[in-house]
Amino acid sequence: MLTILASFLHSSIVQGIPLLFGATGEILTEKSGHLNLGIPGIMYVGGISGIVGGYLYEHFCGKPVALLCILIPLFCSLLGSGLMALIYCFLTVTLRANQNVTGLALTTFGTGVGNFLGGSLLSFFGESGSISLLTIGKWYKAYLPFADKLGVFGEIFLSYGFLAYLAVIVALLVHHFLNKTRTGLNLRAVGENPATADAAGINVTRYKYLSTILGGMIAGLGGLYFVMDYTGGTWTNNGFGDRGWLAIAIVIFALWKPARAIWCSFVFGGLYICAVLIPGLSTAAKEVIKMAPYVVTILVLVLSSVHDRRENQPPAHLGLNYFREDR
Amino acid sequence: MPVPAIELKNITKTFGRVVANKDVSLSAYRGEILALLGENGSGKTTLMNMIAGIYYPDSGQIMIDGNEVVIASPKDAFRYKIGMIHQHFKLVDVFSAAENIVLGLKEKERFDLSKVNEKVRQISETYGFEIDPAKKIYEMSVSEKQTVEIIKVLYRGADILILDEPTAVLTPQETRKLFAVLRRMRDAGKAVIIITHKLHEVLSLSDKVAVLRKGEYIGTVLTKDTNENELTEMMVGKKVSLNIERAEPKDPQDRLTVTKLDAVNREGVKVLDDVSFVARSGEILGIAGIAGSGQRELLEAIAGLQKVGDGSIIYHDPKTGLDEDLRNKTPLEIRDLGVRLSFVPEDRLGMGLVGDMDLVDNMMLRSYSKGRSLFVERKSPKTLAEKIIAQLEVVTPSTSTPVRRLSGGNVQKILVGREIAAAPTVFMAAYPVRGLDINSSYTIYNLLNAQKESGVAVIFVGEDLDVLLELCDRIMVIGSGRVTGIVDGRTATKEEIGLLMTKGGHSEEEAHEEGGEKHE
Repeated sequence: MLTILASFLHSSIVQGIPLLFGATGEILTEKSGHLNLGIPGIMYVGGISGIVGGYLYEHFCGKPVALLCILIPLFCSLLGSGLMALIYCFLTVTLRANQNVTGLALTTFGTGVGNFLGGSLLSFFGESGSISLLTIGKWYKAYLPFADKLGVFGEIFLSYGFLAYLAVIVALLVHHFLNKTRTGLNLRAVGENPATADAAGINVTRYKYLSTILGGMIAGLGGLYFVMDYTGGTWTNNGFGDRGWLAIAIVIFALWKPARAIWCSFVFGGLYICAVLIPGLSTAAKEVIKMAPYVVTILVLVLSSVHDRRENQPPAHLGLNYFREDR
Repeated sequence: MPVPAIELKNITKTFGRVVANKDVSLSAYRGEILALLGENGSGKTTLMNMIAGIYYPDSGQIMIDGNEVVIASPKDAFRYKIGMIHQHFKLVDVFSAAENIVLGLKEKERFDLSKVNEKVRQISETYGFEIDPAKKIYEMSVSEKQTVEIIKVLYRGADILILDEPTAVLTPQETRKLFAVLRRMRDAGKAVIIITHKLHEVLSLSDKVAVLRKGEYIGTVLTKDTNENELTEMMVGKKVSLNIERAEPKDPQDRLTVTKLDAVNREGVKVLDDVSFVARSGEILGIAGIAGSGQRELLEAIAGLQKVGDGSIIYHDPKTGLDEDLRNKTPLEIRDLGVRLSFVPEDRLGMGLVGDMDLVDNMMLRSYSKGRSLFVERKSPKTLAEKIIAQLEVVTPSTSTPVRRLSGGNVQKILVGREIAAAPTVFMAAYPVRGLDINSSYTIYNLLNAQKESGVAVIFVGEDLDVLLELCDRIMVIGSGRVTGIVDGRTATKEEIGLLMTKGGHSEEEAHEEGGEKHE
C-alpha cells in the first residue's frame, strides 16, 4: 500500500512540475496586471526551443558534454519563451492591444511554431517517427544516485531531475520576492493600481515588461521539463496537451500565491494522472476520471469568485491596459 | 524678497483642442499657504498635475528655488521634494497604510515594514495625525485615506505640498483637523498649495490666493486684503446672483411614500435603516447628509437598483390613481408599471452614460426599447442631443463626440438633460451639480425648479447646505442610513441641518476625534 501511495505521489509531482512552472510564471505576470493567456503557447515554445537547441548540439557535436547538454537546451528554452513573452509584452504594454485576444493568438501561434519546428527537424534530418535526444534526456533525468536506496522517502523526495527542484525553488523565490521585497511590493502595486504606482514614481512599463518576460521564461521551463525530463528528450507534436491551460487554472486555485501553487500543482498533477494509475478501471470510468482536473478547475472558479476576502482577489487591474494620460 | 519655492512661468497645456492652461504664471513661497482658486474646469488640477509630473506642459518654465527644472515624471517631482495629494486618492486598496507609504521608494536599507511603521508613527506624532500603519486601505474611511496620502508625501521628505480639493469629502470636524495639520506644516517652513473652490476655506486658511479662470491666470492677492465678493468676481468674471428662485409648491400631492425601509449592502452592512418619508408633486425634497450615509442606496432602492429588506416604497400613480409597490421590482418593471423615475447616479459615467459612445447614442440608451422597426432611428435622439447642447450650453465639438472626451461638468449636463427629457413624474438627482461651475449649477437649479413647477416630485441629493436651503421646499437629513430629521427648507438653519447630519451613528468616531483634539 505504502509503495503504491509513494508511486502515486511521485507521479503526481512529476505531472505537477510543468504546471508549477507555468503557474509561477503566470502569477508573476498577472501580478503586473497582465493576463497572459499565451502561457500554453509559451510553454510549448519553451519545450521545442530546448529540443531544437539540444538536437543541433547532439547532432553536430561528436561527444556531448554533460554540462553543455544541460545548458544549451536550457538557454534555448529561456530564449524561445522569453521572445514569445516579449511579443505579448510589446503588443499589450506598448501597443495596448487587448490582452485576451493577444494571449489566445499567442497560444495558437506557439503551438503552431512548436509543431512546425518539430515537424521540420524530422524532415530536415530525414528521420521518421519522433525526435529523441536520449543523451540530453538522460542528463535532465539524472537524480542523486543514492535516492533509490532510501526506499519510499527517496522515491517521493529525491527521485527527480534538477528542474523539478528548480520549480519548487523558483516558486518559493517568487513568493518571497512578491511579499517581502520592495520591488515585489512595487510590482504588486502595478497590477493593483498602475496609476497609483505611476504617481509613486514606479516605471510601470518596465515592471510590466520585466515581470511578463520573466514569467514567460519561468513558464517556458515547464515545457522544457516536459520534453527533457518527463518524456526523456523526445518530442511528439501536440504531446504537451492542455497542461498550459491547467497552469492558468492553478493560478486561480492558488489565489495568486506562488507558495500555494506548489501543492496546488501537485494536486492537479495527481488528478491529471489518477485515471491511468487506478488499476482495473473500465474505459468509460477512465474517461470520466480524466475530467477531474477540469471539473476541479470549474469548482475552483466558482468558489474563488464567491471568496470575499480582498487579499484573495485577483490583481485589481488584471486584464486592463494602462495609459497614463487616459482621462 | 525671498526666492519662491516654486515658480511657474507662462505655462500652457492643451488636450487636443481644449486649452486647459493658457500662459499661466504664479509662485508659491515657503512658510506660506497658497490657495489656488477657480471654478471647476478652470485648469487648477491640470496646472498642479504639471508640477507633480503627471502631465507635461506644452510650453513654459517651472523654477524651483530660482532654478529652472524639467519635471517629466512623478519621480522627478519627488526629487524636487514636491508632493501632491490628489482628489482621487492614489492608493492601493489591498495594501496597508505603511505599504502604500513606501511604495516606489528606493531606499538603500533592507526592506523592513516594522521600521516603516515606526517612522510613520513618528511623522504622525510630529504633525498630529492618527493612523494605524498596518491598517488596510479598503478598511479605511475617506479621511483616513487622505491622512495616508499626506503622510506618504511627508515620508518622502516633500517640502512643497499640493492638495487637490482636500475638503470635498471631509466632515466639518475632519476639515478642521486637516487645516490644523496644514498650518503646522506651514509653520514648519513648507510651501503648501491648496486647490479649492470653497471661498470660506480660502479665507480661513490661506495666506495668499491665486485665481484661475477658464485656464487663465487672473491674479494673486493677499488673503487678509481681500473678501468673498472680490474673490468671486475674480473667479467667475462677473457677479453671479446668489439667489436661487423658489416658487411655492402648487397643489402638492403625495407621489412617493417610503415606509420603514431597510437595506444591507454587499458587505452585509446596514446602509438604510428604518427610512420613512413622503415625496410630493410640485415640490423639491432635498436630501442632506455626509457622503456615504445611504443617499445613493436610497435612490437606488427607489429606482429598483438596490435590493431592499423590510419596508415599502409606494408610488401613487397620478394617471390611474392607483398605488403601486416598487419594492424589489426591476428598473424595467418599474417602467412598465407606468412609473417614471429618472435617476442621475452619483457616478456619472459608470452608471449614467457610456463613455465611449457619442452623445446621440447615449440619448438612445433611455429609449432603446421604444423602437419598433428593424433599424435604429437616430433622428430624434440627435435632435434631443442638439436641444440639450443648446439649452444647457454643453461644450462639445459635435454630437458625435464620445462623452468620455468631455469635461466632467459637460458630461453631467448631458445626463441631467437626458433624464429630464424623459418627462418623469418623480425626478431623482444625486449631486447633479457636482463638478459644475457656478453658471452651469444655476442652469441645473433652474431645470429642477422647472420640473417642480410642472408638477414633478423632485428629490435632490446635495452636498452644499446653502444650495439645499435656498432650493428645497423640505430637507430630509440622513446620517448612517437613518433619517435624522425632515425640516422645512424655508425656515431651517444651516446649523440645524449640520447638527442633524452628524446625529446618526458615527458617535464612536467622533469621540475618537475629540480625544485627538484634546491631545493636541
